[in-house]
Amino acid sequence: MNLGKQFKEGVITNNPVLVQLLGMCSTLAITTNIPNGLGMGVSVLIILTASNVAISAIRKIVPNKIRIAMYIVVIAGFVTCVDLLLQAFVPSIAASLGVFIPLIVVNCIILGRAESFASKNSILASAWDGICQGIGYTLVLLAMCAVRELFGAGTLAGIQVLPKSYQPAGVLTLPVGGFLVLGCLIAAMQWALSKSKKKEESK
Amino acid sequence: MEFKTLLAISLGAILANNFIFSQFLGICPFMGVSKKIDTATGMGAAVTFVMGLASAFTWLANKFLLTPFHLEYMQTVTFILVIAALVQFVEMFLQKSMPSLYTALGIYLPLITTNCAVLGVALLNIQNNYNFIESVIYGITGGLGFLLAIVLFASIRERLAFADSPKAFEGFPIALITAGLMALGFMGFSGLRVF
Repeated sequence: MNLGKQFKEGVITNNPVLVQLLGMCSTLAITTNIPNGLGMGVSVLIILTASNVAISAIRKIVPNKIRIAMYIVVIAGFVTCVDLLLQAFVPSIAASLGVFIPLIVVNCIILGRAESFASKNSILASAWDGICQGIGYTLVLLAMCAVRELFGAGTLAGIQVLPKSYQPAGVLTLPVGGFLVLGCLIAAMQWALSKSKKKEESK
Repeated sequence: MEFKTLLAISLGAILANNFIFSQFLGICPFMGVSKKIDTATGMGAAVTFVMGLASAFTWLANKFLLTPFHLEYMQTVTFILVIAALVQFVEMFLQKSMPSLYTALGIYLPLITTNCAVLGVALLNIQNNYNFIESVIYGITGGLGFLLAIVLFASIRERLAFADSPKAFEGFPIALITAGLMALGFMGFSGLRVF
């Protein structure tokens, strides 16, 4: 098991959003301010790790034909737990994330990791994979939130950062902004990856 | 009032609150299956069909199974099971009675299970307190909105494939930017009021 390599894959070279292009819906929809992004990122991190562990634990007894249905039920169970916990302890975040918390069930990152990693690897490796991919996802959410909140409202996590005279570009907090910011982020990622590849080749 | 409410729901779901451009539901298939107009149309039609059916069945399940036994917290689990079973059923039905449509849709049919627009519409119906007819209408028109968006997007993308875009933006990023501009266009509909 290679902890460092898995971590690097989850956060950079095989980032779930920027490279695997999974989990677009939530990435675009809820990244309007930092508390939202953090709440969503941590929820997905917890659910991803828990479901990876559970699916890895049952991987040998699940019949191949109905595995997807079983995975979805396992994931839905964890999502319901997290949903209820959020409603109980941080109702403000639960309210602003709304329907996107139950929709984590159909977030392709979780099913994708279950199918491509947890169903083939040991429990510990799957848990670490869940944590790494979850961190990669959370970092992208936070980056999106920071850009959209800073330029769309002039604040960061609700605190005024840019001078009051700054005219906020409100369009960034609208749906349009989500598409544009994510497009530019992925473009930056492709550029950086191709550059580091060239560097390795010239060595 | 009936007709007016239904009209308002439909116009809202297709244009003003389009599932893709303003609610961000169903982005994955929207991005994944929009390289060609034919497949995009097939996918859109299949999603519309499943969304209508799913709205009906999840509404019934919620009303007659979950609410009487106070099991509302099981909504997510129940709904996703209903949808998975429904998609499986539609798949078997199409295979038997309309094999040509079945082969045309191919792999996209089972993928509808994990389309967040379908689960989303089921949850939104309950959240908005729609009655049975309103739910079904919302499901179908939401699907039509998805169909409209994905067909428009696919036709732009077919041309985009030949465009000379910057190296880093090639493929997915430029598609996202295009979708962003389309979302900007759809924002124009938000002024639409039926009442």
